[in-house]
Amino acid sequence: MRPFRKLTSAVQPLHRANVDTDQIIPKQFLKRIERTGYEDFLFFDWRKAVDFELNDPRYKGAQILVAGKNFGCGSSREHAAWALHDYGFRCVIAPSFADIFHSNAGKNGILLVTLPEEQVEAIMLKAETANPDADGGYKLSVSLEDNMIHDNNGFSTSFAIDSFRRYCLLEGLDDIGLTLRHEALLDSFEQKHDDAFWFTPKPHVAA
Amino acid sequence: MSSKPRTVFEKVWDTHLVAAPEGEPAIVYIDLHLIHEVTSPQAFEGLRLAGRGVRRPDRCVATVDHNVPTIKDHRLVIADQIAAKQIHTLRHNCKEFGIELYDVHSAEQGIVHVIGPELGITKPGMTIVCGDSHTSTHGAFGALAFGIGTSEVEHVLATQALPQSRPKTFRISVDGELSPGVTAKDIVLAIIGQIGTDGATGCVIEYAGSAIRALSMEGRMTVCNMSIEAGARAGMIAPDETTFAYLKGRRFSPEGVGWDEAVEQWKNLVTDEGAAFDRELHIKAEDIAPQVSWGTSPGMVVPVTGTVPVIAPDDSESGRRGFERALTYMALQPGVPITDIRIDRVFIGSCTNSRIEDLRAAAKVVAGHHVHRNVSAMVVPGSQAVKAQAEREGLDRVFVEAGFEWREPGCSMCLGMNPDILSPGERCASTSNRNFEGRQGAGALTHLVSPQMAAAAAVAGHFVDVREWTYKEEPGYAAVS
Repeated sequence: MRPFRKLTSAVQPLHRANVDTDQIIPKQFLKRIERTGYEDFLFFDWRKAVDFELNDPRYKGAQILVAGKNFGCGSSREHAAWALHDYGFRCVIAPSFADIFHSNAGKNGILLVTLPEEQVEAIMLKAETANPDADGGYKLSVSLEDNMIHDNNGFSTSFAIDSFRRYCLLEGLDDIGLTLRHEALLDSFEQKHDDAFWFTPKPHVAA
Repeated sequence: MSSKPRTVFEKVWDTHLVAAPEGEPAIVYIDLHLIHEVTSPQAFEGLRLAGRGVRRPDRCVATVDHNVPTIKDHRLVIADQIAAKQIHTLRHNCKEFGIELYDVHSAEQGIVHVIGPELGITKPGMTIVCGDSHTSTHGAFGALAFGIGTSEVEHVLATQALPQSRPKTFRISVDGELSPGVTAKDIVLAIIGQIGTDGATGCVIEYAGSAIRALSMEGRMTVCNMSIEAGARAGMIAPDETTFAYLKGRRFSPEGVGWDEAVEQWKNLVTDEGAAFDRELHIKAEDIAPQVSWGTSPGMVVPVTGTVPVIAPDDSESGRRGFERALTYMALQPGVPITDIRIDRVFIGSCTNSRIEDLRAAAKVVAGHHVHRNVSAMVVPGSQAVKAQAEREGLDRVFVEAGFEWREPGCSMCLGMNPDILSPGERCASTSNRNFEGRQGAGALTHLVSPQMAAAAAVAGHFVDVREWTYKEEPGYAAVS
């Protein structure tokens, strides 16, 4: 996993709440067995509309997506995180995120920043109304090193993030390796646990 | 043992704690890993790339459900090459890693959340995961069951454990008696309508109260299934005599002395008197009417006696835009009575409502009636076992005589990964769990309802209040039993 430390980028507003993972990537693209190559399928149905925010050339190349509350709700499909990643997003800012999406994003090096709704609305408004020719357009800087966000328009705030999630993102850690640090505990737990046969899925056929 | 009163969730959590490292998520042992074709190929590939194996293949069970066609002849050779390749990949992976697969032609095949319980693989007190958000279904047995992403699927395959931060607890008590025609589906839709699709984010819900206790296991599974639609990590119901009666004699349930010992253990899985929850909500069962979703999120739901809302329930900028967008997408005018909404299609199926009891209830409504001439309707049983049972009871004949199609088991039109999709603009009364834009096909319009409400709408051609339904005749199963 690629570590996340700091990022300065243009901002892609997505002025919608409850963006579900069916919208982020529709089902027909879940039949692939590959882990990469999902960029063209991101918001596939919404991108068919000419006036959809992602089709606006002002936001081209943005690596920060800013959206309404409960982003990533619905299906557990990690393809949603893969599609955002492959399209080029490294950070999503919203008032809240759905749990499974939160976990999936972290596993793919995407930083999710939770900010109060007023701040999120203000950032989206600035991104939508900024003059693209002045100062190279509207930009946000996100630093996970000091948990700070600021823009090139006088806004600055800190954000909270779970310390372990932050550590994994900063270091780009594979967390299977992290769990296997506890392998001795896992072995002894498992031995005792297996004796309680009602925890085993199929006691008739278990060896 | 500590004398501190604990919730069911806390008891299951505590029994599965492998390690609790300071400042890090806990390492939680996973008893059962359910696997299907869509969210697993990249996980197995990840194992291969890292040179890792599957730690406990005996704790994994796989089936094919999302991609499989529901027309019998189309299941032999699957025409969709990409879907066929994904199914083939699952076969290959299960063989390579020694995992039991209930394949498309096996008598055990079905929707993963239907077959786990019906085979007795799902049991009280277990931790259960699957790369599928509706894994919450299994919480109906007092298991801690939740959906995970593909990286986590790989993690569980490799370690049989998962790092998890401890969720908050939320008890929803539904007390009183449901009116006839009001179902488990209406309970859960009413809850989501009240608390919203992010109302339980970060929480494990425990459903309690006399109306929950009175539900069958099928009904409890319907309620727990849609916990994720309220944003919950999981939903749970403490096991009781209804649970034990359901499990007794199932293929993988314990037997003899083992059964008695298991039941003794399971009886401890109740929330202790005085145990504290982070949140509580009380609902009166009498206040719940049959529900119909009108919008593009499961929280956009109203009683069948209501109308399409006139004002946005959430008055933030994003909320107002979402409300307008949902109305436009659903091609509905504010203030239109729900019973005036005409439908084109009916889908009875999905991991929410495809079990034998759902089919019995729907058959009872349609018996002696015929599907409306403008409506095309289908029933997709949740598993081969449900299908066989329904056929023994003559339910298939009731549906076919009424003009329904009777299909083979799978996820089908709940998400339309197989050929079962709606055309753009088609309006469907569906017993599934999500009415998201395009969920049942690009441009498709989905209304979520109970099996009884879907069956009545199929006959009438529009939504009707099933509490006022005219039942014509007893379906075949009554004569058989």
